Amino acid sequence: MSEAGGAARGKQEFEDGLEKGDASVAAFESHEKTVLDRLQHFLHGNPTMVPVIVLLLSIAVFGFVAGGNFFSAFNLSLVMQQVSIIGILAAAQSLVILTAGIDLSVGASMVLVSVIMGNLAVKMGFPAPLAIGVGFVCGMLAGTLNGFLVTRVKLPPFIVTLGTWNIFFALNLWLSGAQSIRSQDIDATAPLLKWFGESIRIGGAQFTYGSILMVLIFAVLWYVLNRTAWGRHVYAVGDDKEAAELSGIRTNRTLVQVYAVAGLVCAIGAWASIGRVGSVSPQSFQEANLQSITAVVIGGISLFGGRGSIVGPLVGALIVGVFNSGLRLAGVDVLWQVFAIGWLTIIAVALDQWIRKVSA
Amino acid sequence: MSTEPILTARGLVKHYGRVVALNQADFDLYPGEILAVIGDNGAGKSTLIKAISGAIHPDEGEIRLDGEPIHFRSPLEAREAGIETVYQTLALSPALSIADNMFLGREIRKSGFMGRWFRSLDREAMERIAREKLSDLGLMTIQNISQAVETLSGGQRQGVAVARAAAFGSKVIIMDEPTAALGVKESRRVLDLIQDVRSRGMPIVLISHNMPHVFEVADRIHVHRLGRRLCVIDPKDYTMSDAVAFMTGAKEPPAEALAA
Repeated sequence: MSEAGGAARGKQEFEDGLEKGDASVAAFESHEKTVLDRLQHFLHGNPTMVPVIVLLLSIAVFGFVAGGNFFSAFNLSLVMQQVSIIGILAAAQSLVILTAGIDLSVGASMVLVSVIMGNLAVKMGFPAPLAIGVGFVCGMLAGTLNGFLVTRVKLPPFIVTLGTWNIFFALNLWLSGAQSIRSQDIDATAPLLKWFGESIRIGGAQFTYGSILMVLIFAVLWYVLNRTAWGRHVYAVGDDKEAAELSGIRTNRTLVQVYAVAGLVCAIGAWASIGRVGSVSPQSFQEANLQSITAVVIGGISLFGGRGSIVGPLVGALIVGVFNSGLRLAGVDVLWQVFAIGWLTIIAVALDQWIRKVSA
Repeated sequence: MSTEPILTARGLVKHYGRVVALNQADFDLYPGEILAVIGDNGAGKSTLIKAISGAIHPDEGEIRLDGEPIHFRSPLEAREAGIETVYQTLALSPALSIADNMFLGREIRKSGFMGRWFRSLDREAMERIAREKLSDLGLMTIQNISQAVETLSGGQRQGVAVARAAAFGSKVIIMDEPTAALGVKESRRVLDLIQDVRSRGMPIVLISHNMPHVFEVADRIHVHRLGRRLCVIDPKDYTMSDAVAFMTGAKEPPAEALAA
């Protein structure tokens, strides 16, 4: 046994000084923090608090500015009704954005599915439940196509869904002949398609089944994302795909499933949209994809993936609705509503960047 | 050596285009030992380790675990066979909690109705086990097991990754440069951890550039050079300069080491 080898066993000379030092390496101590640091940490742990505070503040402010009309239970339930379709699309969008992707095709696939449902049930006389079922399958297929192109052909989600957005829109115009299916025709043949337009009254509030559906969809997704392994995998894939893969997650399979589920949620939104609009209108919801992204971003889900709570986009959609309703009741021109939402989006992303820089 | 090796590789070949990363490489790991793998940059250490941990598929050659030939198609399959890897990048999900990370890809579901039909996770069980595993390794000064990994220091993250491997690895643990990103104190902690894990009888493959660390903990040193195993040396018989000379080709390895 040589001198050099022996000396190298065990603790080494240069480490002697360590004993005098602080030995708490793996201690998770918290050191002095400024108020701003604490806030940053708190928001890092509770990313949904920002949109919740903004929502409560905006309700309070508009209640003050716009007067009693705004605060009425009826008006607040109306806001929910107005944002229900964008809210449902935002739920679908959230899943995709959590994986660090983006889905520009949500609006187009929703309208396409509503046209498919309308054509089958009203024009071709199939039973409404069958038409709705076929619509759901088509929505899932549309999402699966996006997922396939993203994972197998390895194209960026932005490009894939930019393409399918146009493709779905063209298909929708072809299938519908750019003609709406009128409300009275739906009533005559397949009233089930408009079921989500019906409502129940609770006190002064009037909740359409569509707004209840929106809340239900968010509740289900919350459960799936937070209480099932699949949900954890969605976050892990969006956070760091390579790490997720090495941790034994089949990342591509998870991604395809995410796009497929997003497609299904859009298809459910399609059914609800027929009730909301009252007819099947191929030209409706043209900006729905961008509005859904706005709701997701305002809701505090990071565009870089892996961060944010699914509750956020619901709150985000409500914030947009409250702003629009409040500014309208206050008699402000529509253009300032758009102006305000624009700033809100930019501030939300800036805030997200700041929260992500959190350190121990 | 009297005992049979737990993990062997014979004649591994791997090409990347025209680059030969592995050229008839051999490998042996015996039960209960720490085998260090050293080699110059580009010698093919990483490729060798990836082949063993299932991240790549060698073009030729055979890998045997407990004498049985194995063909991993993914790291997942290697894990299922009992080979855990602590990657240099750690493969942790920064935004997820410590407990979530430890159980990523092998979550525990609740028993009964909620788990069976609604696939509900058993969070209490996962957090409890994560806490146990971390305290086993003396890492349990962690206050909050649901703390996001990105809020931990480098050494703490390494600790979580090692604890994850130690908790689930049943046959072999591979560690890729576990001390490369760490300071002196944190390195010491991780080296103690490695020896702690070995003392439970778990064989460890340690890839490192840090000669003092290698010579401190390794039972045998596998010197990799030009895509193959050059020799295996005992750290008690050679100096660090010898090892460096072998791996850079400055010195011919002795004949008895070649045979090992």
